Amino acid sequence: MKTRSVRRTRRTLQVGGASAVALLALSACSSSADDSSSTTKPDTSSTATPKLSGSITVFAAASLKESFTTLKADFEKAHPGTEVNFSFGGSDTLAAQITSGAPASVFAAASPRTMAMVTDRKDTAATPATFVRNQLEIATLPGNPDKISSLKDLTQSSLKVVLCDRTVPCGAAAQKALDAAKLKLTPVSYEEDVKSALNKVVLKEADAAVVYRTDVKAAGGKVEGVEFPESADAINAYPIALLKNAPNPTVAKAFIALVRSPEGQRVLNAAGFLKP
Amino acid sequence: MTKTDESGAVTGTLTGGPRRRRFRPAVPLPLLLPGAVALAFLLLPLVALLVRAPWSSLPSLLTDTQVWQALRLSLICATAATGVSLVLGVPLAWLLARTKFPGRGFVRALVTLPLVLPPVVGGVALLLALGRNGVAGQWLDAWFGITLPFTTAGVVVAESFVAMPFLVISVEGTLRAADPRYEEAATTLGASRFTAFRRVTLPLIAPGIAAGAVLAWARALGEFGATITFAGNFPGRTQTMPLAVYLALQNDPDAAIALSLVLLTVSIAVLAALRDRWMTAS
Amino acid sequence: MRTTRRTNTPMTDSHPTPADGTRPPRTHPRPDATGLYAHLVVTRPAFGLDITLTAAPGEVVALLGPNGAGKTTALRALAGLTPLTAGHLRLDGTELDRTPPESRPVGVVFQDYLLFPHLTALDNVAFGPRCQGATKTEARAEAAAWLDRMGLAEHAGVKPRRLSGGQAQRVALARALATRPRLLLLDEPLAALDARTRLDVRSRLRRHLAEFEAVAVLVTHDPLDAMVLADRLTVIEDGRVVQEGTPADIARRPRTDYIAHLVGLNLYRGRADGHTVELAAGPAITTTEDLTGDVFVAFAPSAVTLFRDRPTGASARNLWRCEVAGLETHGDQIRADLTGEIALAADLTTVAAAELDLHPGAPVWATVKATQTHAYPA
Repeated sequence: MKTRSVRRTRRTLQVGGASAVALLALSACSSSADDSSSTTKPDTSSTATPKLSGSITVFAAASLKESFTTLKADFEKAHPGTEVNFSFGGSDTLAAQITSGAPASVFAAASPRTMAMVTDRKDTAATPATFVRNQLEIATLPGNPDKISSLKDLTQSSLKVVLCDRTVPCGAAAQKALDAAKLKLTPVSYEEDVKSALNKVVLKEADAAVVYRTDVKAAGGKVEGVEFPESADAINAYPIALLKNAPNPTVAKAFIALVRSPEGQRVLNAAGFLKP
Repeated sequence: MTKTDESGAVTGTLTGGPRRRRFRPAVPLPLLLPGAVALAFLLLPLVALLVRAPWSSLPSLLTDTQVWQALRLSLICATAATGVSLVLGVPLAWLLARTKFPGRGFVRALVTLPLVLPPVVGGVALLLALGRNGVAGQWLDAWFGITLPFTTAGVVVAESFVAMPFLVISVEGTLRAADPRYEEAATTLGASRFTAFRRVTLPLIAPGIAAGAVLAWARALGEFGATITFAGNFPGRTQTMPLAVYLALQNDPDAAIALSLVLLTVSIAVLAALRDRWMTAS
Repeated sequence: MRTTRRTNTPMTDSHPTPADGTRPPRTHPRPDATGLYAHLVVTRPAFGLDITLTAAPGEVVALLGPNGAGKTTALRALAGLTPLTAGHLRLDGTELDRTPPESRPVGVVFQDYLLFPHLTALDNVAFGPRCQGATKTEARAEAAAWLDRMGLAEHAGVKPRRLSGGQAQRVALARALATRPRLLLLDEPLAALDARTRLDVRSRLRRHLAEFEAVAVLVTHDPLDAMVLADRLTVIEDGRVVQEGTPADIARRPRTDYIAHLVGLNLYRGRADGHTVELAAGPAITTTEDLTGDVFVAFAPSAVTLFRDRPTGASARNLWRCEVAGLETHGDQIRADLTGEIALAADLTTVAAAELDLHPGAPVWATVKATQTHAYPA
């Protein structure tokens, strides 16, 4: 695992990505500016921009599914003639597919590490920019019957707690938070991804899981989220980047701009993501 | 066209064929060619695994105790699952092959369901059935204090779920092919139907049972989806080799390949040994 | 037909002494008496079996009939492998209708023996005693004795697939007898054997059956097997008994075409008035018997003489104009199937067939002397 803190990574990315963002925003600035005034009808002034057309494929981390699908509808409404296709999946898998030559235009990863797999191979057309961050939360059974209020409560031996495996981002983050709190937690299982960990609580097989806030939100009333202060030490940044040899780069840039616009951020916040 | 096909077929069998058997010229090309392609297709990924294996770092990767822990657990659980499949699956196969009851065809279709069910779905289904809060699992918990998820027993349950159909199908097929009149002959000699099954039918279909058991064992050994979903992943308790391989793949593909090689080597050794002892004996 | 008579020799006597040639008077067992008293009714959608079968202890009854007549169904019903639709089954005064096969004192020798291939000859024979509660040692000792009696002592340790057909048949018989059954059933006991071993096995089987003190029922489609092995024949056609009697009786006086064909006789049915029998469809046959009413007339194919031209002699009262329908070699003889005024089979030598220039479609005259015919009441 990398030694520098996630927080610092995010800052670097933010600064580094600023100029890229400015460039990217040029093509779609009017659109996004107007979007912010009206969330329901974002297509009022698309006349100011050159007409966009064609389809793009966005490779995005599975946790972005709900919010990106909402944004796709907005985007296609604002730019008739365009089409946004998604391939949602584990960031590792997606990164491997991109480096193997998958015809994607945009990559939105759930961690800087997975984005690095792509940038290391020089497969991005621009420096990745962090567009959201995700924070850990404890998912408990509805109504929190075990009265879990802190990370320390999870160490009770009577509780069945599941964590993500340390090899996947949510597991690494949880371990970081536990280390920061100097806690030793033995879970009943190290799950292979965050959705599996969450599902164990949804199915009431586990009493609690350490997952992302967005996952708790997405689960609706099936789990109850408990925030814990140590999560601040393990915040995960989501970078997004235009890919080299992207089909329809103009459309792709416009979509990235929408994601990073206030309108895009509103949708992402609603899903539980934090601002970058 | 034909010429390239011919030469391709010849090289294919020479390089791809593991047995040093000389094909007589009478082997028809329409069989030889696809057969050779099939063999190459099945072996190529394994060869690739060997070619790309991190041979130099292999010793250090394999000294990890977690590897041997996972391997041991895999072998124990696969064997236990095969045992469960035998104890429960052979009687089920007998019922399907030798008795008549309404809806038997439907029941047979249901038995094969775990074969077509994505294993992960199978795992979820097991959770819904036998989980702490499951349809039957809640009673297991309330009456006997047994909870299967996150336990080694849970791994055996998950592996049995996906492996048993292989055994049942295999044994049922053998039973159907076996002459039921041997059982009748036994009953005329004073054997009850169960004695006839135990002392006559069972020995007669032993090769089929062995084949089914090997199939089930191999399937259980490679089981991933249902296991990780139902039993979770905890080193030494529920983390079998396939789980270890999958998780290693997330950030250390070399380790994953090394683990796969270990699993492959052990499986081939065991299957070859069993084949020599059982399959050829019949 | 048969020259020796069976006696109800006890099992322990390994050398039955041929009796004096007179058959002891047979008594049909009454329901409460020892022996077999069965009325077997099995009804299936396309087939119905309804036969009565009785046999005294020590008696061997053969069920004879063409394929599909219901012989094997009858045997399975006796063994309890096929349930009875109606009727009853009583053996030595005990009702067996509802008794499952494993509890019936019945031993079966199956057509292809069904020796358990994974067990040695010894363990095959020991299987029955084992199931009846004997210890392994006891069962094996008993099995060894049975194999010894069958002359198979040195084959005890051999698996069935290494046994010859005749040996396998004897192991199967030993296996069935080792349960000490009160009813022994044999399904086509010689059908799986080639012609050469058949002769030898048949005579051995005959001896073993003679030693058997309880009821034996054997099923066969081969009249020779039936006649050599059985004291009494029950002929079944289409699930019904068409004739019963001693082998000699049946051979001399067949009552159906099937039996007549089996024993190689031309058989006709008609109305007799004195020495003339008017056939239902066809000409009259002159016989030596003086009968009135419904009768059968039978004569052997060898009794028929063929002529190319109408013979001019007074002796040939039974003279018919026929046509050759088919020819087949029958040993060193030619059998001619004739149609025309009357359908009959005629045997003649190859030389005679050549002289007559017989070929399918050839017209011939057929005669039979009245002294060569045999008429009996229907």
